[in-house]
Amino acid sequence: MLADKDRIFTNLYGFQSPGIEAAMKRGDWDGTKGLIGKGRDWIISEMKDSGLRGRGGAGFPTGLKWSFMPKQSDGRPSYLVVNADEGEPGTCKDRDLMRHDPHKLLEGCLIAGFAMNAIAAYIYIRGEFFREAEALERAIEEAYAKGFLGKNACGTGYDFDIYVHRGAGAYICGEETALIESLEGKKGQPRLKPPFPANVGVWGCPTTVNNVESIAVAPTILRRGASWFAGIGRPNNTGTKVFSISGHVNKPCNVEEEMGIPLKELIEKHAGGVRGGWDNLLAVIPGGSSVPVLPKHICDDVLMDFDSLRAVQSGLGTAAVIVMDKSTDIVKAIARLSEFYKHESCGQCTPCREGTGWMWRVMERLVVGEADKSEIDMLLDVTKQIEGHTICALGDAAAWPIQGLMRHFRPEVEARIEAYHARAAE
Amino acid sequence: MPTLTIDGKQVTVEPGTTVLQACEEIGVEVPRFCYHERLSIAGNCRMCLVDMEKSPKPIASCAMPAGEGMVIHTNTERVKKAREGVMEFLLINHPLDCPICDQGGECDLQDEAMAFGRGASRYDENKRAVEDKYMGPLIATTMTRCIHCMRCVRFSEEVAGVDDMGSLWRGEHTEITTYLEKTLDSEMSGNVIDLCPVGALTSKPYAFTARSWELKHIESVDVMDAVGSNINIDVRGSAVMRIKPRLNEDVNEEWISDKTRFVYDGLRKRRLDRAYVRKNKTLQEATWAEAFDAIKKKLKGVKGDEIAAIVGDMADMESMLALKDLMAALGSSRIESRQDGAKLDTAVRAGYILNAGLAGVEEADFLLLVGSNPRAEAPVFNTRIRKAVRHLGLKVANVGSAEDLTYKVQEFGDDASLLEAVLKGKGELADAFKAAEKPMIIVGQGALKREDGAAILKAARDIADKYCVKDGWNGFGVLHTAAARVGALDLDLVTEGGIDAILADAEAGKLKAVFVLGADEFDTAKLAGVDTIYIGTHGDAGVTNADVILPGAAYTEKSGTYVNTEGRVQRTEKATFAPGEAREDWTILRALSDVLGHTLPYNNLAELRARLETVAPATTQLDELLQAPWGDFGTKGKISAGGIAPAVDNFYLTNPIARASEIMADIIAARAGDVEEATGTHG
Amino acid sequence: MTAAAQEAFAWTPENEATAQKHIAKYPAGRQQSAVMPLLDLAQRQNGGHVTQEIIEYIADYLDMAPIKVMEVATFYTMYNHKPIGKHHVQVCGTTPCWLRGAEDVMHACKKHLGIEKGQTTADGMFTLNEVECAGACVNAPVVAIDDDYFEDLTPETVVELLNKLAKGEAVKPGPQGVNRKNSAPEGGPTTLKDFMGEDA
Repeated sequence: MLADKDRIFTNLYGFQSPGIEAAMKRGDWDGTKGLIGKGRDWIISEMKDSGLRGRGGAGFPTGLKWSFMPKQSDGRPSYLVVNADEGEPGTCKDRDLMRHDPHKLLEGCLIAGFAMNAIAAYIYIRGEFFREAEALERAIEEAYAKGFLGKNACGTGYDFDIYVHRGAGAYICGEETALIESLEGKKGQPRLKPPFPANVGVWGCPTTVNNVESIAVAPTILRRGASWFAGIGRPNNTGTKVFSISGHVNKPCNVEEEMGIPLKELIEKHAGGVRGGWDNLLAVIPGGSSVPVLPKHICDDVLMDFDSLRAVQSGLGTAAVIVMDKSTDIVKAIARLSEFYKHESCGQCTPCREGTGWMWRVMERLVVGEADKSEIDMLLDVTKQIEGHTICALGDAAAWPIQGLMRHFRPEVEARIEAYHARAAE
Repeated sequence: MPTLTIDGKQVTVEPGTTVLQACEEIGVEVPRFCYHERLSIAGNCRMCLVDMEKSPKPIASCAMPAGEGMVIHTNTERVKKAREGVMEFLLINHPLDCPICDQGGECDLQDEAMAFGRGASRYDENKRAVEDKYMGPLIATTMTRCIHCMRCVRFSEEVAGVDDMGSLWRGEHTEITTYLEKTLDSEMSGNVIDLCPVGALTSKPYAFTARSWELKHIESVDVMDAVGSNINIDVRGSAVMRIKPRLNEDVNEEWISDKTRFVYDGLRKRRLDRAYVRKNKTLQEATWAEAFDAIKKKLKGVKGDEIAAIVGDMADMESMLALKDLMAALGSSRIESRQDGAKLDTAVRAGYILNAGLAGVEEADFLLLVGSNPRAEAPVFNTRIRKAVRHLGLKVANVGSAEDLTYKVQEFGDDASLLEAVLKGKGELADAFKAAEKPMIIVGQGALKREDGAAILKAARDIADKYCVKDGWNGFGVLHTAAARVGALDLDLVTEGGIDAILADAEAGKLKAVFVLGADEFDTAKLAGVDTIYIGTHGDAGVTNADVILPGAAYTEKSGTYVNTEGRVQRTEKATFAPGEAREDWTILRALSDVLGHTLPYNNLAELRARLETVAPATTQLDELLQAPWGDFGTKGKISAGGIAPAVDNFYLTNPIARASEIMADIIAARAGDVEEATGTHG
Repeated sequence: MTAAAQEAFAWTPENEATAQKHIAKYPAGRQQSAVMPLLDLAQRQNGGHVTQEIIEYIADYLDMAPIKVMEVATFYTMYNHKPIGKHHVQVCGTTPCWLRGAEDVMHACKKHLGIEKGQTTADGMFTLNEVECAGACVNAPVVAIDDDYFEDLTPETVVELLNKLAKGEAVKPGPQGVNRKNSAPEGGPTTLKDFMGEDA
C-alpha cells in the first residue's frame, strides 16, 4: 500500500480547506519559480522520465504529448486546455481534485503551460460541476491575488492566464477535439485527425489537451523528481493514481494508490470489500464504463495498471472500478451503459449515430431474453462494425462493454433467451 | 509531391491531395456520401474507409492527406466489411420507399447499396421517424430519408453564404433544418437538391411528375442571365420536366441559380402559340400567311429610315443576324439591342466583356464593383466571387448601392464620381488598386444605363488601363444581365442614340414600323403609333402594342448561339418543339423575307451559321474563353454625382419566361415572408 | 412560441457585466466561444429555460447566425427548451448509480411528487428528470437538484430532501444520512489520517 508520504492529493476528501493558504501549507506553489527557472526542456524531460501516462483514459505519455507543441511560435499563440469534462461512468476523481485541491491543478497549469509555451490555459469543466467550477474560480482569484498567475506569474517573467469554461451536458466533450469545438462555441462534435491539436487546436492554434489529474500531479513530480514518481508502480505503469471505487462495495470511495495495486487489495483495503464478501463478486468494470467487464476469476489477481488490464482484454481507462456482486443483472448493467452511449452519441458519423441505438435496442431485448440466440452473434458483429470505424473513440467505447459481456457472460444471455422462449411456449 | 501506392499501383500526386482523390486519379473507385469536391471535408459518413498499412484502423480516405510512402488498400476483406457495415447502418433507419421517392433511379444510396451493400437487412427494430421540415416552395423534404451527410448545411454556409441551415439535437435524434423552417434566403438554394445524396431534399415543383429514367437529357445553356450556365434540360415527350446544372468548371462549376433551375414552368404558361394580327384595334388569330401578308401591306411604301428593330435579352445570334440582314434588305441599319439603355459601344470587344473570365476572379486579389450587384444579376458568378473571398484572399470593394452579397465588401458609397479620384491615384481605392497584383474592375448595367454611362465606362476603362491591364492579365470587365447582349454587340446591334432615340422617333412619327424580337423590358407604349411586328414567346409587355405577333421559340426549343458576359460562345440545344404553330425565330424571318421579296441567303441553320461566322468571327470558336485586344472605349465626359440605381429590380422577374412562371412567383412570396409557412407537417 | 419568448429578452445590468466578463476570457474576435456561458446565463435569468427570443438575442449579441446558437442550445442537455419548476430534480440513472438503487430513488421521487420523468409538479415546484452519469459515482445514488449534488441517497432520504425543499427549508448538499466526508469511505478514510485536521 502506498504510504501517505507518497500521496500527492493530501486533501482529496476535503477535510482541510481548499484555500491557497492551506494549499501552500500542504506544499503547493512551493518553489514554482525555481521549477520554471529550470527551463522547458528540463520540465519536459522530467515528465518523460517520470513515466506519467495520461490520466484521462487513453494513457498517452504526458511528457511526450507536451513535446509535440511547437518550440517556437509561428505567430500563433499556443494554448493548454485542461479536460475537466469528467463524465465517464464510474469516474469521479477530478471532481475531488478540483473542489478540494484546486491549487495543484492551477500550479500544474502554469508549469505545463510554460513547458509548452502556452499563453493561457482553459479549464473545460463539465457544466453539472457547478460548485466545482466555483471552487476553481475562487482558487484562480487567490492565485492571481498572490501574483502566481497573470503577468509575471510567480515572478518568473512569464505571463500566464487561466480561465474556466463550463460545459453544458455532453459526455462527448471529454473527447479532446470535441472539447475544442465546444470551447469554440460549437456543438461538441469531434474533429477529423489529422490535423492534431498540437498543430491546429483551439481557434486554429497549437493546443494540448490534458486531463485534470495529469496536470495536477506535475508540480509534485517536478518537486520530488522524476525518479520518485517512476519508482512507484511498475515499469511503463508508474506513479500514483486516484481510483474511484463504486458499485457493490461496502464503502465506495475515491483513493490515491500505487499503480499496479492488485484489484482485490484495492477493493478490500479501501472500499470495505465486496458486499457479501469477495466470493459474492460477479464482475468488475475496472476502468470506467468504456472498458470491457471482467469476471470474478480474472479479478482475483489482476493488477490495476495499463498493461496488466490490457493483457486481460480490458483497460485501466480512468481507473474507475465499478464492482458488481452476484445479485447484479449483468445484462441490464451493460444495457444501461448502451443507453448511456446512445444518449451521448454526438450524431456526427454514421456507425455511432445509427449503431449505438441499434445496440441498445437489442440489449434491451436481451435483458428480458426476447431475442433469438443468433442475435448475439449479430450484435457482436454490429459492435465490430462500429469499432474502429468512427471519427472518435466513442464508437469503440460503446462497442467494448457489449463485447466484454458476451466474452464472459454469454451463457447467462443465452439462458435468458431460453427462459423467455420457454415462458412464451407455455 | 508525395508518391503513394494504391492497390499495388504507384501514384504521385500534388501536395494536399487526399487519399480519396489520389484513388480517383488512378481510377480506383471509392464510395462516398458526405464527400463533395466543392465543399469542406466532413468525413462523417465513413463510407470511404480504406486500409492504410501501419494503421491499426481503416482510415477515412476523404480526409486523409496523401503522404509519401503510404500504402493503401481499397479491396481488402476489412474494407469490404467496413463498407458493408456503414451501408447497413445507413439503411437501418432509411425508409424502403424507393418506389415513391423522386430520387429513385438517381440515388447515391440506392446505387451504393447495390454495389457495396450486403443485400439483406438484419435490423429488427422500429425505424426512426423524423418530421419533415418546411423549406419553402422549391425544396421538398422527406427527412426520414436523411443520412446526415451535412452536404446541404455545408453548401448553404460555404457556397451560398447564408448561414440558415443546421443540424439540431444530437445522436440518433439529429435533425437537419433551416432556422425556424424558413425558406433558404438564397438565389442558389436549389443546388441542395442535387447535393443531397438521397431523397431527403428533392425538388418540390418536380415532385411526382416524372421518373428519372423516363427523361431525356439535353445538354444546353441557360439564358436567364449573362453567365451562360451549362444545363441539362430533362424532357419527357414534349415537356420540359426539369432543369439541372451541367458541369463546366469555367462557367458555372456545378451550380445553377434558382431562376435557371425552376423557370421551366414559365415555358408552358402564357405562350404565344399562333400568329395574331391586330384588326379593328383587337388582336385576332391569324395564319402564318395572313400574318406575313399583313406585314407586307404595312411595310409597303415605308422607307428604310422609317424602320427600326429592337432585339431582346434572350435572343439567339442566329435570329438577331437574320433580323439584321432583313433590316438591311429593307434599307435600315437601325437595329438596337440595348433595351436598358446601357451606354456600351462595340468598337473594342474587350470593352464589353469580362476579360479575365468568370473563373478569373479566383486569380484576382482585388475587385471593384461599379454599379453591379452580382448576387441579383449573376448569382452563380456571385458564388464564385464568394469562393475567392473565402479561400483565395480576394478583397472586394463596391461603388454602388450597398447590398448583402454574402461576403465582406468594403463599401465606398454609390457616387460614381469617385472614379475620377481613383483615376487620379488618390484615396483608399486607388491605393488598393496600386497594391494589388491582379486587380479587377467590373462595371454593371446599373452604372452603364445612366445618362453618363459612357463617361463611367470611359473612367472604368482608364482605371483598368492604369492598374488592371498588364502582362497576361486584363482585369477590366462588364457584367451583363442579358444573355443576348454580348452576342448582339458582336453583331454590332447598336444605334445612334440607342433605344431612347428609337422610341422618341416612334412617338414623333419619324418611324413607321418597328420589329421587336423578344424585347419586353422597355416602355412598349411608346410604340403605339407605329406598326409593331413582335416576334416572341410570351404574352408579355411586347404584345401590348403589337400589330402583328409572330410566335417564336424559347431557348429550350431551338439551337441558338449565345455569348456570355465573358465573351464565351455557347449553344443551346433544342430540347422540345415550340408549342402550336410557333417556330424557330430565324426560320420565321427567313420565311418573312421570302414574302417581302428579299429572300435571306440561307436555307438552313448551317448556312446561317456560316454567315454568322463571317459577321461575328468569335462564333467560330465555341466554348472558349477568347482573348480580346485592349483598346480605347467609352466617352470622356463628366460623371455626375448621385446614386447608382440597381440594374435588376427583382432577380426572379427579369424576363417573360420568368414572369410567366408560377414557381418564380411562389419564391418571391416565400422569400418576402408573404406565405403562411405552416404546412400539413406543422403541428 | 411560448409566452416568455414573446417578451423581449435583454440582459439585466448585472448579467450584462457578467456576459462581458465571459466574452473577455476569449481572444478578440472569438466571442462565439462565450455562447455556452451566455446561454446558461440567459437561462438562469429567464427562470430555467431558453427561448427563441433568447437564442436570437444571443446570436445578435455574439454576431452569430441564430441557427448556430440553436445548434448549441439543442446539442447540450443542460439547456431546457420548456419551462421547468423551481427545483430541477435530476436523478442519475447510469450504471454505477443504478447498481446502488437509483431506480428506487427515481421511483420514490415519482411517487412523492406524483409526476413522471420530464414532468413538472402542478404547483411548479419540481421538475423531474433522469440524467446520465453525474460524475459522483462513489457517492451513488446521486441526485442533482439545481446546482447541487445530493449523494448516497435512499428512497427515504430523497423524500426527506424533497419535503424540505418544498417547505423552503435549508438543505445541505453532499452525502445524505451517511457517516462519511465527501468521497472518503464511510466511517472514515483508510489513508491520509494525518490530514483530517482543519488545517495542515
